[in-house]
Amino acid sequence: MNDHNYTPDSKLGKWFNDRLPLLTLSKHLTDYPTPKNLNYWWTFGGILTFCLITQIVTGLILAMHYVAHADLAFSSVEHIMRNVNYGWLIRYVHANGASMFFLAVYIHIFRSLYYGSYKNPREVIWIIGMIIYILMMAAAFMGYVLPWGQMSFWGATVITNLFSAIPLVGDSITTWLWGGYAVDNPTLTRFFSLHYLIPFLILGLVILHIWALHVPGNNNPIGIDLKKPSKDTVPFHPYIVIKDLFALLIFLIIFAFFVFYSPNILGHADNYIEANPMVTPAHIVPEWYLLPFYAILRSIPDKLLGVIAMFAAIFVLIILPWLDTSKVRSAVFRPLYKQFYWFLILDVLVLGYVGAMPAEGTYLLIARVATAYYFIHFLIILPILGKKEKTLEVPISITDPIFAGSSNPAMTKKYQDKI
Amino acid sequence: MAEEKKTKRRDFIFTASYTLGAVGVGAAVWPLIDQMNPDASVKALASTEVDISSLQPGQSITVLWRGKPVFIKRRTEEEILEARKVDFKELPDPEKDEDRAKNPEWLVMLGMCTHLGCVPLADKGEYGGWFCPCHGSHYDTSGRIRKGPAPTNLEIPKYEFVNTNIIKIG
Repeated sequence: MNDHNYTPDSKLGKWFNDRLPLLTLSKHLTDYPTPKNLNYWWTFGGILTFCLITQIVTGLILAMHYVAHADLAFSSVEHIMRNVNYGWLIRYVHANGASMFFLAVYIHIFRSLYYGSYKNPREVIWIIGMIIYILMMAAAFMGYVLPWGQMSFWGATVITNLFSAIPLVGDSITTWLWGGYAVDNPTLTRFFSLHYLIPFLILGLVILHIWALHVPGNNNPIGIDLKKPSKDTVPFHPYIVIKDLFALLIFLIIFAFFVFYSPNILGHADNYIEANPMVTPAHIVPEWYLLPFYAILRSIPDKLLGVIAMFAAIFVLIILPWLDTSKVRSAVFRPLYKQFYWFLILDVLVLGYVGAMPAEGTYLLIARVATAYYFIHFLIILPILGKKEKTLEVPISITDPIFAGSSNPAMTKKYQDKI
Repeated sequence: MAEEKKTKRRDFIFTASYTLGAVGVGAAVWPLIDQMNPDASVKALASTEVDISSLQPGQSITVLWRGKPVFIKRRTEEEILEARKVDFKELPDPEKDEDRAKNPEWLVMLGMCTHLGCVPLADKGEYGGWFCPCHGSHYDTSGRIRKGPAPTNLEIPKYEFVNTNIIKIG
């Protein structure tokens, strides 16, 4: 925020900018000093913005053709698929777009975990991000209900019934959520309304997320504080813009592969059967991106405790900045944390896998161990590790080690070897 | 002294205004929340009458009542015996079969698993009753939870026999 004194060149620009400083904002965004060592894991913020816009635009179009009524919803989706011009494309982009959105957000979150981007002074950015993530899950869940297929209906039933676990008021809350005594038309219409609302809440939070980011500036792969602007930074435009666009292009190739070659691979065949309140499908499975939480829910044999554990799994992420006691941000300089980090990724993948499997026998046992480890990682390992771990020496700047000016012998050694 | 009195008076006025404001906001917000509760048309579908004359012992039918499936089962002698011989005090949700089936031959209950609301499958599971495929809850021939994550027995709705052939649910 070093450009508050910006004056536009043109007279009109100056006139307008004095009244609404949009040009100052635009100048700030283009000049924004960005660490020059950002790697491709940092391009997912841009990719996520793209995903959000795609979901909003395709969703807006789908809403022009979709009918939110229990008797008509299912056939209106088929109508979109068969009759509406390019309806199939728009719906497949929207449906797969949700998965791509979650793929990108998981990479974005795990990037933060690896490089310690959630730590002081970026806790608020992290918390806003987590609220966005929770809203994304709510939007995705409600969106999945709208086609009113079997998975829609029973997914909605299972998830809304989670609230019935709350003591005393649980049943009143579920009845209130349903607008009836079971998932039915009133549930569908309100889910449609909220599904339409949430993306705009997310958009607002994304603006706050970026605003909060621009106060301390980006974290970077070596996780040190930078002087800005300095020889350690480059202007956001054109350097980062081009890099983000290139990454987006690669991401779009993967996106297009799903849309054009396997548009239903991430969905469930049962959702092409219209909702039937009399028959539950043999296997109710949520969308892939919710599987780890589903595994945690099922791993606990008590209804209320299962629900608590599932919500706690998200809550520990929110308070993560205070659970991780290490002053060093980047895992690059934390040899032990780095190993625990990869082990956590493995643990979450295992949870995702068992979440898709029936909750019995070995799967249940694995789910329990993986659930326990998930909480141990955040609640026990991280607080202790931050105090006990012997971290490597952190360089004082990005550029200095290259010119042998660093206090870090490891970073300067390579340079000396070269001469 | 006069100054102090004035402060107290101000505090009182502030507190009173905040309280009144909160009550006003609450009253204005309540309709926005309550509109989501079941509406008059949903509540109007309170009862359903079902003809059960064609059911043979061992057979069951599922009917929809208030959007929920209701199991009506005509139990066999063995099933009744099975349900009554266990010591109900040892069950996870202790309930006598006598209290669940007014007429021992007829079991009427909501076909919604008390765990997360799936429809249990009939004649399945380890206790010869119902089995919920979603998260593996086993119910006995009285619809009582015996094993699995469900916290309570399958719920018995309000129902009555209008005559020997017709059951009115609700």
